[in-house]
Amino acid sequence: MSAVGASVPRVRQSSHMSAGSLFDAPGPRGRRVVLVVTIASVLLIVAAIAAAVHRLSVTGQLDASRWQLFGEPAIRLYLLKALGRTLLAAGGAALIGLPLGVVLAVMRLSRNRIVHVLGVCLVEFFRAVPLLLIIYIFFFALPKYGINPDLFWKLTIPIGLCAGATLAEVFRAGVLAVPHGQREAAAAIGLLEGQTFRIVLFPQAVRLVVPSIVAQVVILLKDTTLGYAVSYSELQNSAQLLTAIQPLSLVQTYFVVSVVYVLINVAISQAASYLDRRWQAGRHTDRFATIQ
Amino acid sequence: MVEVIQHHLGALFAGLGTSLQIAGIAVLGAFVVGSIIAICRISPIGPLRAAGLVYVEIFRNIPVMSLIILVVYALPQLNIRFGFMRSVLVALILVGGSFVCEALRSGVNAVGSGQIEAGRAIGLGFGELLRLVVLPQAFRTVVQPLVTVVIGIFLSSSLAGVVGVMDLAQAANQINTLDALGLSVYIVAAVLYVAVALAIAWVGGRIERAVRILR
Repeated sequence: MSAVGASVPRVRQSSHMSAGSLFDAPGPRGRRVVLVVTIASVLLIVAAIAAAVHRLSVTGQLDASRWQLFGEPAIRLYLLKALGRTLLAAGGAALIGLPLGVVLAVMRLSRNRIVHVLGVCLVEFFRAVPLLLIIYIFFFALPKYGINPDLFWKLTIPIGLCAGATLAEVFRAGVLAVPHGQREAAAAIGLLEGQTFRIVLFPQAVRLVVPSIVAQVVILLKDTTLGYAVSYSELQNSAQLLTAIQPLSLVQTYFVVSVVYVLINVAISQAASYLDRRWQAGRHTDRFATIQ
Repeated sequence: MVEVIQHHLGALFAGLGTSLQIAGIAVLGAFVVGSIIAICRISPIGPLRAAGLVYVEIFRNIPVMSLIILVVYALPQLNIRFGFMRSVLVALILVGGSFVCEALRSGVNAVGSGQIEAGRAIGLGFGELLRLVVLPQAFRTVVQPLVTVVIGIFLSSSLAGVVGVMDLAQAANQINTLDALGLSVYIVAAVLYVAVALAIAWVGGRIERAVRILR
């Protein structure tokens, strides 16, 4: 292998291959244009930031007094506990969504037509219905039929149902991505369909889709903010309660909470793409990115 | 039961109309914003690339709910007022734009490097290369991801109800409080949502088949 490689003349890679490959290394005129536009865009960005800061300062939002509350240990503890409940809700939803996703994927892949159609219907339904509507059903409709679990579960079960439908598609894509020979080999050594899935396909599929599953956690975390709509005191709802007590710090509170969400989600996304790059197996991420 | 539902069908369809209106405008806005940000992100101008990256990372990772609350309750404190409906639109366009941008960018990345090198070899500049070679191919490969984004925006329009816009989910809620119909009204609403989402997916599938590149 190395001997063959050594005989091939090495091609010098262009210095900018990814985004840069859309344009040649600019000549003198091109460089001038790029320089001018660069300066103009820097000025524009600086102007936009300056305008935002100016607006914040003339409306008094940058006053230290309005930010002080985040220095108080009691407030910090309050927000940390709320963040804890957000993570707890996301965890509870994952606990429902992951097994449900596996079951729905198995149903969809089943050779039994009735099971298959049922799987397709369930997946499509929960992917095509807004999460908020299902939350409303758990809060305002089901209690009339005697189904009235804790506030926590009335929020997390709907999130888990929707996540399960999305995860089912992730798992299915993973199973379908396992090379065909694996299934044939399993059949050749006499494994039954269920055994093939359990012993051969599923373990490999899971490994393929772990980056996509990690990316789904971002969606779970975002979904928990709907707790705001039904007064489950996760982070977003707790922020609202805080603004009721500290109306002067409303902008600051919502800003800080949003920044917390963004930072956590960026960290999770980074972890997902790190796994993706390491395992070279993530062609599913984009397909399942949703804005919920 | 059926009569009661029929009685409220008008309100439900009015809600559906509002949801479609929000989603329609938000989708248009998101496509415009997303295209601009995507061009920034693949441009030769460093600061624009950086700004595009920051935009995408912020708005792809912020929960729509948090952003709607920021626009509805925080911006008025800075003397920026939109009204409820337009606030929701602003939030959906900002978030949708980041997802449209990433879908388009993945399409641009999917265009074979040989195509781009060939374009450069015959002397096309950045603008011509994008317009004549890259974008026509990119748009065709991103139909499916864009359809996913459009459906996502439509489903997220249900959050408008949280700030008092009478969209489909909220209409169902209100009818339920008035007449205590229980599940049935929510099921009608759910069926309407599913119908629209499947219709969007169907149209997307048709478009994809029509513009698909057969290699």
